[in-house]
Amino acid sequence: MIGQALKSREAILAGALILLIIVVESRFSGFAAPGNLAGVFNDTSILIMLALGQTLVILTRCIDLSLASNLALTGMVTAMINSAMPGVPVVALIAIAVALGLLMGAFNGILVWKLDIPPIVVTLGTLTIYRGIIFVVSGGAWVNSHEMSEAYKAIPRFEILSLPVLSWIAIAVIAAFAVGVNRTALGRAFYAVGGNPSAAVYTGINVGKTRFWAFVIAGGLAGLCGYLWVSRYAVAYTDVAGGFELDVVAACVIGGISIAGGLGTVTGAVLGALFLGTIKNALPVVGISPFWQLAISGAAIIIAVAFNARSEHGKGRIILKKAEAHS
Amino acid sequence: MSLAEGTRPRNLPDRLTNRGTRVLRSWEMLLAAIAVLIFIANTQASPYFLDPWNLSDATFNFTEKAMIGFAMALLIISGEIDLSVAGIIALASTAMGWALQFGVGTPGLVAIGLAVGLICGAFNGVLVTRLGLPSIVVTIGTMSLFRGLSYVVLGDQAFNGYPSDFAFFGRGYVFWVISFELVLFLIFALIYGVVLHATNFGRQVYAIGNNPTAATFSGIRMQRVKMILFLLTGVMSGIAAICLTSRLGSTRPSIAFAWELEVVTMVVLGGVSILGGAGSILGVVIAALIMGMVTFGLGLLNVPGIVMSIFIGGLLIAVIALPRLFTLIRTGRAS
Repeated sequence: MIGQALKSREAILAGALILLIIVVESRFSGFAAPGNLAGVFNDTSILIMLALGQTLVILTRCIDLSLASNLALTGMVTAMINSAMPGVPVVALIAIAVALGLLMGAFNGILVWKLDIPPIVVTLGTLTIYRGIIFVVSGGAWVNSHEMSEAYKAIPRFEILSLPVLSWIAIAVIAAFAVGVNRTALGRAFYAVGGNPSAAVYTGINVGKTRFWAFVIAGGLAGLCGYLWVSRYAVAYTDVAGGFELDVVAACVIGGISIAGGLGTVTGAVLGALFLGTIKNALPVVGISPFWQLAISGAAIIIAVAFNARSEHGKGRIILKKAEAHS
Repeated sequence: MSLAEGTRPRNLPDRLTNRGTRVLRSWEMLLAAIAVLIFIANTQASPYFLDPWNLSDATFNFTEKAMIGFAMALLIISGEIDLSVAGIIALASTAMGWALQFGVGTPGLVAIGLAVGLICGAFNGVLVTRLGLPSIVVTIGTMSLFRGLSYVVLGDQAFNGYPSDFAFFGRGYVFWVISFELVLFLIFALIYGVVLHATNFGRQVYAIGNNPTAATFSGIRMQRVKMILFLLTGVMSGIAAICLTSRLGSTRPSIAFAWELEVVTMVVLGGVSILGGAGSILGVVIAALIMGMVTFGLGLLNVPGIVMSIFIGGLLIAVIALPRLFTLIRTGRAS
């Protein structure tokens, strides 16, 4: 029964996504062509990866608003190293990006874990701090395309089996999450901590530590995306991905990840991100001003959360039952 | 705001016991000390800081945000949050600019600003109180929706040419260097202080934030109180929109961008618990002064705005983290 409820939630979202694609196709034939859809997926890859990281954090009843700042800072650092020392291999830069992202995630996580500061306060603070550091390290200057090495810019665009590496990385991350979240102890712990923190303690799960790992993983992904974003768009500046943190939360909410924790799936998060990404790509195609995008994603969030609330009552994957339900 | 709940159970003993009040008092003392330190540092750092007109200009850094902050403080104490306040400013400002094209005068513009604030607040309130949706997600949605609508209306254009008497709200002075906005800020500080700390309604706000279940059983109409708080936050955003639009003299859809985070920062810095149930208007007032002084003092030293934000963000984390860190070290040694 629980499985059915879950299936229907994702099935509805998938249905809405297909309907959206059909509607756009009817106005502009060619949108649903495999090549174009692959392009939409590639365009949404970074949003998907960040939404997956955010999913873990939200599952544990936390939220990370600093992901976009983390992304922008790691992107800027890799771009600056690349322009100053073009000799450094790109693989090393990617390693630096991920390490830096992990570090920033760990900083959020440690404050939430050891000092028990509400995550929204912590990440509200680090959102501005990380963004501010970009300005400090770059002096407000841009790193432009011609200052980056060819290898630095080429990797996300390099095509394997006619799909860019950026898409392949997203697919690999989705696969890793599908396995990690559903098949590992840590993955189960994320659900347990969010579903019922008190019960999680009694089953021997360290709630704070689990939250810490959620922040670390989300941070590492944001770091990876930092390199990918900057190399894909071939420009780094202070305001890269400004406001993107809310797009990521929006993707999760549309994907049915409950902000109350413990409820949501990898498939949901991916579909939520794809839904937003498809809208973004479809608007200019059907001739609607791109200025509508913000209003539409806002409306989509409200509709999605209203819809989630209706199906959330007592359903879904709460692996540790709430004590109140029985008393 | 269930996501802000820690591992601690929600039904802690009443935080307004003696010990709680002591902690509360020491918080405001701490803030006041920080404010004084920053003031002294500013006077040492720049010879221009103490000029009355400079100080007067400095107040514009926080008056509009603090007006929203007062209502936001009540909302956060009651356990909800409104992240759409900057979106409301954008929409209210756009509505005023749009009405301006039809020759609406200053009284009409003010009425429109207030009305849009009220309607937006009502929209949030209905979604949260009637449909029972989590306010943090609802208002992330309405934040995009409200600002999105002003992008739809304006695109990359701007509304200009506000009437000259409309400029009074943002640029007028009541007496010498005392601006209209500063007077408005002080009046609202007083009103919200009295409402929160000296009325039945204020007690109900604390009660709801501390223990919603107990509040319901003691006969408090929780949804009604929350609805009123959302309406208040909406109206205060409308008022801030009038002041800001008047001060800037133009409307762009990017007006007041990311202010919601600054307002929340101000409120939390002021000692309002993000978990609900605790906080004071005095704390918010001091936090507003601190943020205004930091921004202005660093501005006089030609420090770019984005670097100031590091300071504000660090301050937000530090003021909450340091007391907890000390407690952690002390209890660690004791055990």
